[in-house]
Amino acid sequence: MDKSRHLDLYQQMVVIRRVEERSAELYQQGKIGGFLHLYIGQEAVSTGLVAARRPEDRVITAYRDHGVAINVGIPAKAVMAELLGKATGTSKGKGGSMHLADVGKNYFGGHAIVGAHLPIATGLALGDKYQKNPRVTICMFGDGATNIGFFHEALNMSKVWNLPVLWVVENNQYGMGTTVERASAVSEMTQKAAGYNMPSARVDGMNVMAVYEKTKEMLEQIRAGSGPMFLEVMTYRFRGHSMGDPERYRKAEEVHKWQENDPIGVYRRYLIEKGIATEDELNQQDDEAGRIVEEAVQFAENSPEPDAEELYKDIYVREQC
Amino acid sequence: MARITMREAISQALWEEMERDEKVFILGEEVGVWGGTYAVTRGFYDHFGGERVLDTPIAEAGIIGAAIGAAITGTRPVAELMTINFAFAAMDHIVNEAAKLHYMFGGQMVLPIVIRAVGGGGRQLGATHSQTPDAVFAHFPGLRVVAPGTPADAKGMLKAAIRCDDPVLFIEHATLYQMRGEVPEGDYVVPLGKSKVQREGSDVTIVTYSKMLELSLKAADQLAQAGISAEIVDLRSLRPLDMGPVIESFKKTNHAVIVEEGWKSYGVGAEVMARIYEEAFDYADAPVKRVAQDEVPLPYNRTLEQMALPQVEDIIAAVKEVLNV
Repeated sequence: MDKSRHLDLYQQMVVIRRVEERSAELYQQGKIGGFLHLYIGQEAVSTGLVAARRPEDRVITAYRDHGVAINVGIPAKAVMAELLGKATGTSKGKGGSMHLADVGKNYFGGHAIVGAHLPIATGLALGDKYQKNPRVTICMFGDGATNIGFFHEALNMSKVWNLPVLWVVENNQYGMGTTVERASAVSEMTQKAAGYNMPSARVDGMNVMAVYEKTKEMLEQIRAGSGPMFLEVMTYRFRGHSMGDPERYRKAEEVHKWQENDPIGVYRRYLIEKGIATEDELNQQDDEAGRIVEEAVQFAENSPEPDAEELYKDIYVREQC
Repeated sequence: MARITMREAISQALWEEMERDEKVFILGEEVGVWGGTYAVTRGFYDHFGGERVLDTPIAEAGIIGAAIGAAITGTRPVAELMTINFAFAAMDHIVNEAAKLHYMFGGQMVLPIVIRAVGGGGRQLGATHSQTPDAVFAHFPGLRVVAPGTPADAKGMLKAAIRCDDPVLFIEHATLYQMRGEVPEGDYVVPLGKSKVQREGSDVTIVTYSKMLELSLKAADQLAQAGISAEIVDLRSLRPLDMGPVIESFKKTNHAVIVEEGWKSYGVGAEVMARIYEEAFDYADAPVKRVAQDEVPLPYNRTLEQMALPQVEDIIAAVKEVLNV
């Protein structure tokens, strides 16, 4: 990976962080409605995963979806506009925080029902196999999703049909406020993959390069016809499950301990220690990220509300079939 | 025109659409090697191969989810649910995903999916395998829900459904598979969302669809012998619901009976009756009546099951009651 690519990935992670911090403020000001699930602490996961894909590879995720949106190249403006429910948002203001997508960038959402997008991911890969498209589908989900039936139906089918899917569990230790140990019969998610005879690996999700390298390796194997594989990424969310989470289920010390491994800090140290970038260069990236996000907020705030007619659009593709 | 069964008509539509468009493929439980639990896809596996006639595990959410994903990539899957009763296991994917993704993502995702599902009571299959829950699915904006009652409509509407870019729930009735009727050969397409007068009459409007069309036609024959002329409007599609021919007929006859196989509460009849009163209240000469299934889980025992299901005599009695004869 060359220097400019490193700086790009670093900047993506900082943009995600700033988007989330500004979103939290806008939520508290009542400008963002509904639910808001922040990705702070998990930036290295989506950044490493998406960096390892080819542009034609498909990505689909759950409702903690702002990070992937930035990583696949959706402008922060369009993300912020969607959060504010504006006509210029990725889903014209009709999807909201949990439903960001850009089909043109092979990003298929943004799905808010836990686990429900896993069978859809199987279908994306099935469609590609059927049409002989040499693409891989990367499907991200939380540890909580491994306990719902959809997970098992989807993994089983993907293996039976030998589909090109990389299943990625973001194990952030909690499904809402319930620890993995209290909700799952096995604490290592890779054990569940074993039940479907699927090769798996576990990787440090606070380290973007570790995620990137492992993902790249697995995608190559899948592209070569290995069938589906399973990646468990160990990570942690620094904020609550969603805004307004009283966080009674964990101690502040636990959060602080993980924050010592802040994925942006980890990457920053790596880039400096390896002599890839200087402190100054990274500070410049920080400034640039801040500028991008401030511009995005301005854009979103100044964008128009959707037209009233939009309410009735896109229920069907055409009126008559 | 050939006189063929409903099963053959559905099979023909599938076969012709698969020949016409390589993007069309079938997936479901026992659709391939077995040839379809109701033999609709017999011979397909040998002709089209296992990739286009894809046997699935018993996993309804997985099946509908896979159809959604595959559709997003540009294919046109026809997913078969062995019975509509199993659709409940896929409920999230039908109503929360298929019905909503196009709208929710601002029109970005296009989902040309057909979900074929067999429903209906009367075969002593017990409470869990005998339901007619059509109204449940018709409740959700974003889905198209159709339930043809003749072999010709089954062929024509299935072709329209496969060519449609929206998710379509295509409800077949298990006891209609042997029904015979004239079916045009070749590329016969019947637009979705259009009600149709299946029998003209002047005294009373019977609004019905699917299996109950057959019973209503029999009732109309018997009513004719008693000097009562019944007009039958076949809804054919439940969403979108085409009330035009219903209202037109009601304005002419001023009397209506709605016949459905599902339960009366919150059902198709409830919707149609409300719409008649909303749109043509002044034309009513008598209260509209509904004929529907008794509000019980359908029992296994044949006599009890038939007691609970609407019968020709129930339709005749309801018509006579609204006409006060």
